[in-house]
Formats: sequence, structure tokens, C-alpha cells
Amino acid sequence: MTPTQRKTIPLRIALYALMACVALVFLFPFLFMLASSFKTNDQIFADLESMRALLPVGPLTGDNYARAFRLGNIGHYLFNSVLVTGITVALGLLVNSLAAFALARLEWRGKQAVLTLLVVLLVVPFEAISVPLMVLVASLPGLAIGANGIEITHSWLDTLYVQIVPFIANAFSIYLFYQFFRDIPKDLDEAAYVDGATPLQVYRHVIVPSSMPVFATVTILQGLAMWNQYLWPLITVPGEAARPLMVGMEQFFGARKTAWGEVMAYAALITIPVLAAFVFFQRWFVRSVVGSGVKG
Amino acid sequence: MTEWTASRGRGRFTALIFGGPALAGLAIFLVLPFLMALALTFTNQRLVSPQATEFVGLRNYERLLSVTALVQAPVDDGAGPVWPRVRDVTRADPAYAGYRPLTGFSLGTRRVTILAKDPAFLRALLNTFVFALLVVPLQCVAALGLALLVDAGLKGQTVFRAICFSPVVMSMVIVSVIWSFLFDRDLGLFNKALGMVSFGLIEPVDWLGDPRTAMPAIVIMSAWQGAGFQMLILLAGLQGISQELYDAARIDGANAVQRFRHITLPGLRQTIVFVLIVTTIAALGLFTQVDVMTGGGPRGSTGTVMFEAVQRGVREENISYGATIALIYFALITCVILLQQLWLRRRARRAA
Repeated sequence: MTPTQRKTIPLRIALYALMACVALVFLFPFLFMLASSFKTNDQIFADLESMRALLPVGPLTGDNYARAFRLGNIGHYLFNSVLVTGITVALGLLVNSLAAFALARLEWRGKQAVLTLLVVLLVVPFEAISVPLMVLVASLPGLAIGANGIEITHSWLDTLYVQIVPFIANAFSIYLFYQFFRDIPKDLDEAAYVDGATPLQVYRHVIVPSSMPVFATVTILQGLAMWNQYLWPLITVPGEAARPLMVGMEQFFGARKTAWGEVMAYAALITIPVLAAFVFFQRWFVRSVVGSGVKG
Repeated sequence: MTEWTASRGRGRFTALIFGGPALAGLAIFLVLPFLMALALTFTNQRLVSPQATEFVGLRNYERLLSVTALVQAPVDDGAGPVWPRVRDVTRADPAYAGYRPLTGFSLGTRRVTILAKDPAFLRALLNTFVFALLVVPLQCVAALGLALLVDAGLKGQTVFRAICFSPVVMSMVIVSVIWSFLFDRDLGLFNKALGMVSFGLIEPVDWLGDPRTAMPAIVIMSAWQGAGFQMLILLAGLQGISQELYDAARIDGANAVQRFRHITLPGLRQTIVFVLIVTTIAALGLFTQVDVMTGGGPRGSTGTVMFEAVQRGVREENISYGATIALIYFALITCVILLQQLWLRRRARRAA
């Protein structure tokens, strides 16, 4: 960190002023969203001419939130998004860390080849395979709860699990775990093996407890990616039953373009949980992003 | 030594159980679709079709990438020079079968029309390049400025860093929705602010409704949303530069600009290249903003490669065509990564 020496007072004032202006540039869309979500449309439009547009002043109302819930079906989509994100992240942590354990801490033939393949897979962006992946899941046999109990269907489209299963295994998560596990001293597991531990015990009692930072990183990166997912549910979940929040938001916006207050209330409801998590775990978010960026 | 470390065969069996689920997942949901994409591009498969899927060779690629030019000399019909209608020429000449005009310009008295078999896709390809060329420098320079400001050692830098980073954790859908309001022609804050600072002299701009401003508007919003990410990476790079270098330069009388040019920039070079690559790859995949804000319009000015892939592949149910477009996107990414590798190799050789 640069020491603060030799900055003249005017320079410091100028820098603080610059910082304040830049901060406002980054904040004003949020402020506008939050302030507008509590106002009637007339109020929003009347406030546009002044700084009042960014402040929750004047007669405030919770009607927009009530209507967003009623008309926008938020409760249902919220449930879907929480379920999809939660299950994917939880299973992803388990499956990917186990795979990374096998790559970083076990000796087996073919390991090097698998590692090389993994690094190659890191550069395939999801967008590039989204269309063929949709074709694939459209023809996989699945399960559904129908009129006669559980039925076997011939497509994964329009389900919750089509949003979960393809994203559990993640090359980048495996790679992050692998990098972290690789650097844990080997004597720890050697000692455990001498005491008669199995690999699963070593994973549970040696590796996992000393790897909390990387578990946090993967949780944050995967969780954000899943929560904010848009392209995939857009093309695989046409119906309402399994629709997640972001697609719901887009539909609501498309249908009620002129109801600014309601749309802003909808946006605020989806954003606040993420922003709250970000404010609480800021240090972890920052570390995750830097850790993910300085890979390879 | 125990049975676990003693036996390699046992190790392999264990590794298979541990790694199996994840590797199977990657094989089914990443490798398989990628191979499917390759195979699909040589067929005419549709999502739902009464006809059987056929092998069509390179026809998808041919249709996507065919470009030709039509040069017309003026014909004088007495009332001044006239150019024959492009459509009449392409209809009459079998060499131009399937071609439609993409763009045109004048060359002296001649008129040149660029024709393509799929003008919408080529337009989208150009738009994608334009977006990347605008957003990558803007976003990276802004991020560098932010990183320097955070690193200046002022109080409140942690809060400031968090504020700049907060749009990154927001969904692009939400950001696009909020900014659509900000860009509104009659009620948007931007036009209100422009009108106010110019005392009504600047006419309201129809940001997202005018083909000239729609893409720049998306560029500005995207840079705003993403700059915090690059800032964090650059900040990590900045903090890796040894303080002693700066102290030594100060003793030698180097001013702030000289220190930036000769210490900061060289010290950040590797980080900057990484940031440029990541930003370029993300920029070439532009989709969400376009889908939410403009739907590719107005008049095709914001259609992008990924938008066309979804449009043709999913919404028009022409799976094989969409897969071909997605593969062209992948080829673009691969080129970017190869360029980076070349650069790294050359650098390593120079260092050796």
C-alpha cells in the first residue's frame, strides 16, 4: 500500500472530491432504484428534475412492493431461484472438492491427462455450448410429478433440475480447489494414513478443515453465477412453474414498462439479498474475485 | 506404510470414486455438447421438424460467411445518371442467388454494394467487434483509474472500493432494466441532466431508440457495471509492485507521471494483459444487455453474435444454424487466447 507521505493538503482535498464524485457515479442507479421503488409513478416523474429523484423523500408507499408480489409472482420465482442456487452450490462444493482432492492428493495413472483436459475446458465459455446443451437436455429422460404420481418424461425442459444438474460439476471450481489443496503440506495426510485413515477421512478431517477460504470463494463465485443466471433459463424454461427470478424480472419489465415504481420494487427485492451478502462478506468477495483473477 | 499409499491400483479406484461424479458431469454437460455442436453445424437439424435431419456439409458456414461486392456503373437515361436497382441485378444474375444487401457506398461515380447471404449475422459480427473495441479500452482505463485512486492511501478506501465493485455483484438483467429507465427519451435522468446543464439547448436523445446511440449507450452501461471487477484485479497487481522502486525513483527526482510510466505501467504489464483478455472474452459474448434493453434493434444496430445464436437457434428453432454461430463465437475466443499465448511466449523468450 502506498504510504500517505508527501501529499499536499490541496491535492488530498482534490482526491477526496474526485472519490466522492466517482462514488456517486457508481451509486446513483441504486439510489434511483431504491427511492423510486417507494414512490408512485407521478411522484417519480415529478422528482426527476432534482436530486429528489435519488432520495426517498415525499409521500412514500409500499404499494409497489405489494403489486410486484401480486402481479409479478415474485414469491414463487424467489423460491425457485433460492432452491436452484442453494442445491447447485451445495452439491457443487461436495462434488468438485472431491474431484480436486483426487487430483491434488491421490496418486493415480492418467491424472496428468485429466488435469490437462481440465485446463482446456476452463476456456470454453458457457455461451458457446448453450444451444447444443439445450438440444441435449431436451431429449434426456426425466421425472415429473403428474396427475398419476411420478411420471417418466422425455425431456428436461421446463423443470427445476435442468437449471441445477448441468451446473454442479464445474471445471473452474475444481481448478480453484485443486490449486488450494495442492499447497497444503503433504505430511499432514501422510501422518493420517500412517494412523490408518482412509482417503475419505483424510478429506474430511485434514483437507476440508484447512480449506475454508477456498470453500468460501467457490460458494461466492458459484452462488453469484447461479443467482444471476439468465441465458440458460431463458432458453430451457419457457413456462412459469420453474421460472427463476431473473427471467421473471425480464418478463415483468417487458409487460409493465410504464410502471416504473413496480419494476423498481421488483429489482430492489432481487438485488437487496445479494447486496446485503456483499456488504457482510465484502472481504471474502474481494478475495474471491482476486483469487479467481490471478489464476494460472 | 499403509495399504492406501502402498497400492497404486487402489489409488486409482479411490480417485475414480472421488472424481467420478464431477468428471462425469463435465463429460456429459460440457464435452458432449461441444462435440455435438461440432457435429450439428454440418446438419440442418431443427428443434422440431417433420423432416429427417440431413448432412449438409459446410452449408451453414457458407450461408453465414458468404460476402460479395456488386460494383455498378451509372447508366444515363437522359435525366441524369441512374444506377440499376440492386434487387433487379441480383435476381437476374444466378451468381448472386441468395445474396441480400448488407451495406453500400460510392466510389467515384460507381456504386458499390456489399452483399451477404446472411446480412443480419454479419451486421451482428461487426456490432460485436465494435462493442469490444469500445468497451474494452473504456472499461480497462476506467478500472486502472479507480485502482490508482483506491491505492492512493486515502481514508475510506475500503468503502470506496466496495462501492465501485457493487455493480459487479448485481445481475446484468437488473442493471439493464434500471438503465433502460435512465436512458428513456422523455423521462430518463440522463436527458434531464443534459437538458439542465445546457439550459435546454441539447435536444433529448433517444438513447436506445436511435441506431447511432444504442450501441454506445450499451457500452457505457456495460463499462459501468464491469469496471469494478478489473479494478480489483489491477489493485492486486498494483500492490504487488515493490514500494522500494517508488522510493528510489523519488530520491532520483522522478515526478508522479514519470513514476507511473516507468514503474507502475511496466510492473502492471502482465496484469493488464490478463485483464484485457478477460474483458475481451466477456465483451465478445455480449447478450443479456441487448436482450433486455433493445432486442437487437433499432434496425439491427445492437444485434450481436450470441444474440443471433439464440435468436436463430432457439427462437427460430434452427438448432444447427444457432450452433454454427455459437461455434464461430468460440473460434473468436480461441483466437484471442492464442494471441495471448503468443505474447507470453515471446515475452518469455525475450526474458531468457
